[in-house]
Amino acid sequence: MIVAEPKSLAEIAGYIKDAKKVLVMGCGGCVTVCLSGGQKEVDILAVSLRMLRAKEGKPIETVCETLERQCDKEYVEKMSTLLEGVDCVVSLACGVGVQYLAERYPEVLVVPAQNTKFIGGTTEHGIWEERCGLCGECILASTGGICPIIRCSKSILNGPCGGSSDGKCEVNPDTPCAWTLIYEQLKRQGRLANLQEVFPVKDWSKSRDGGPRKYVREDVLL
Amino acid sequence: MSTFEPKIVAFCCYYCAYSAADLAGSLRIQYPANIRMIEIPCSGKIEHTLLLTAFEEGADGVYVAGCMEGDCHYLKGNIRARKRVERVKKILDEIGIGGERLEMVNLSSSMGPRFAEVAREITERIRLLGPSPLNRAAAVSGKEEDSGR
Amino acid sequence: MSEREATPELTTESKLERLFSQGHFVVTSEIGPQKGASAQNIITHTRESRQYCDGFNLTDNQSAVVRLSSIAAGIHVLQHGGTPIIQMTCRDRNRIAMQSDLLGAYSLGVRDVLCLSGDHQSFGNHPTAKNVYDIDSIQLIALVKKMRDEKKLVNGEEIKHEPRFYIGAVENPCGDPVELRVMRLEKKVQAGAQFIQTQTIFDIKKFEHWMRLVRDAGIDRRVNIMAGVLPVKSLRALKFMKENVAGMSVPDELIDRMSQAQDPQEEGKTITVELIERLKKIDGVKGIHIMPVGWEAVLPEIVTRAGFLPRPE
Repeated sequence: MIVAEPKSLAEIAGYIKDAKKVLVMGCGGCVTVCLSGGQKEVDILAVSLRMLRAKEGKPIETVCETLERQCDKEYVEKMSTLLEGVDCVVSLACGVGVQYLAERYPEVLVVPAQNTKFIGGTTEHGIWEERCGLCGECILASTGGICPIIRCSKSILNGPCGGSSDGKCEVNPDTPCAWTLIYEQLKRQGRLANLQEVFPVKDWSKSRDGGPRKYVREDVLL
Repeated sequence: MSTFEPKIVAFCCYYCAYSAADLAGSLRIQYPANIRMIEIPCSGKIEHTLLLTAFEEGADGVYVAGCMEGDCHYLKGNIRARKRVERVKKILDEIGIGGERLEMVNLSSSMGPRFAEVAREITERIRLLGPSPLNRAAAVSGKEEDSGR
Repeated sequence: MSEREATPELTTESKLERLFSQGHFVVTSEIGPQKGASAQNIITHTRESRQYCDGFNLTDNQSAVVRLSSIAAGIHVLQHGGTPIIQMTCRDRNRIAMQSDLLGAYSLGVRDVLCLSGDHQSFGNHPTAKNVYDIDSIQLIALVKKMRDEKKLVNGEEIKHEPRFYIGAVENPCGDPVELRVMRLEKKVQAGAQFIQTQTIFDIKKFEHWMRLVRDAGIDRRVNIMAGVLPVKSLRALKFMKENVAGMSVPDELIDRMSQAQDPQEEGKTITVELIERLKKIDGVKGIHIMPVGWEAVLPEIVTRAGFLPRPE
């Protein structure tokens, strides 16, 4: 899932300082799962903004709602009825959702309430970690199911580097060295031969380095 | 403001805190009338929005009273409550109301006198802090308002 | 020193390669360029110490701190009679810049390059910079070899005037797990590494263990291994190495010696010379790389006391 982290209240309040009525819009997708942008968080943000503004003597009216997802036009369409008198939409979605709302409703100011961080998974309730580098050319079959592009701080394909020690990355002692993990996994599976060949240079043009990407299903287009 | 009477909402869990309050009552131990008690099945029932709304509606102080850690009838409800209280304290600081107006306390059902003592301590502490910036009644004066849901 | 077979044909004009092939025990040192546009320290040190070593490494923005570039520093060394070994990390440049820089460096007379991953930028003075790491150090070794031997850029395009570098790499003999370290060394040699400079050694036992595994795998016969030493001048410096440098092993015995020393600088020099004495006797070690970090002036004394003079032409 996409994992996002809420911006500070002060930053969001700064974006909407001239607004009198805001629509606080959550997303039922990834950000609900990572507990940062679903209906609960919408309500918390809305009451916090109201209280902050009441204290300043500049009350604000809030409308609270959560869309199934903000990254599909059909769902984004449904909020058109909620925009009456709204100056600003505060979107708790990831960067994709914010852009979808902004594109569909250019007449209002759409602002992000979150900093979209990474794609990853839940490692335990309350903790999410980055797992995929979105490189466009997955090599997990060769690396024992562990991604060196994103789990290695240097995206090394022939690892580890000299800074790896005690199985930890030099950048952060809490981060396991991806190459130690890969080595141990391949050893467990009797597949250490995978590591003997020099892994050739990567084609980064398949990643974001090649420009914004698109995926098309011709057979589905009408 | 010669005698500011703070409005304090206490969310009390049925198994411990509310029973302690009952015991205080039957032992005729006085505690301030500033406390508006709300009984909940477990302190873990409280949500962030519930606590924030209490302040939005004008409460000067709020506390959540649950069982002693390790004795929660629902095992970890009071731990969840404490975590949520900590988060809301931070939010209250960011809003500018002050996280010190919110507190979590742990009691057992036999602590009648302690319940009353806590009630008195908190009332006095909030009195010294003064009215919450959102306490419209204190600003206007007179009108009593029920808070909490 | 073991008997050498008939000198293999040299792949480059590198002085280091020639010295190794002639059976000399090679001694290299290091100069850290400054955080400014002046090469004065490089020039001074080159002129003072060029007869005390066979080549000078020029670090490449070491610890991700911006310094005068390795290649520019290398040219200053050349202009003042020294032999530069330029370093290239993978942190700051993509393959386009790397190949371009290598072509330029060769055209200016550089013949030796050390290929490294490079410390992550979070350690340096520009932690907010974009992380390049387009290719890793092993792919860089392969790239330099391809340019030289196949006369091709990494994309397969032919080069008219190919750069012919003598290729070096680094290895950490005290990192773990040690089998992984040996495997990685093997890969570097397979990719084209011709000489290896190890990370600083204080723990002889650990190094001997690693060398045994290296010899068992036959790697010492395919690459020239140089043991790294770093002269420390204070207890604080030694403790810093022990506590802050990833993968570094410092025996307590050395900490004790430094803490009890009347003259820490003198003790530091003595320890370095003793380490060199022991390292040069280890089978498979073909040279010493002395890193006088922040203490470049100590090089002549260390080299003299270690019995390395005179250096061969």
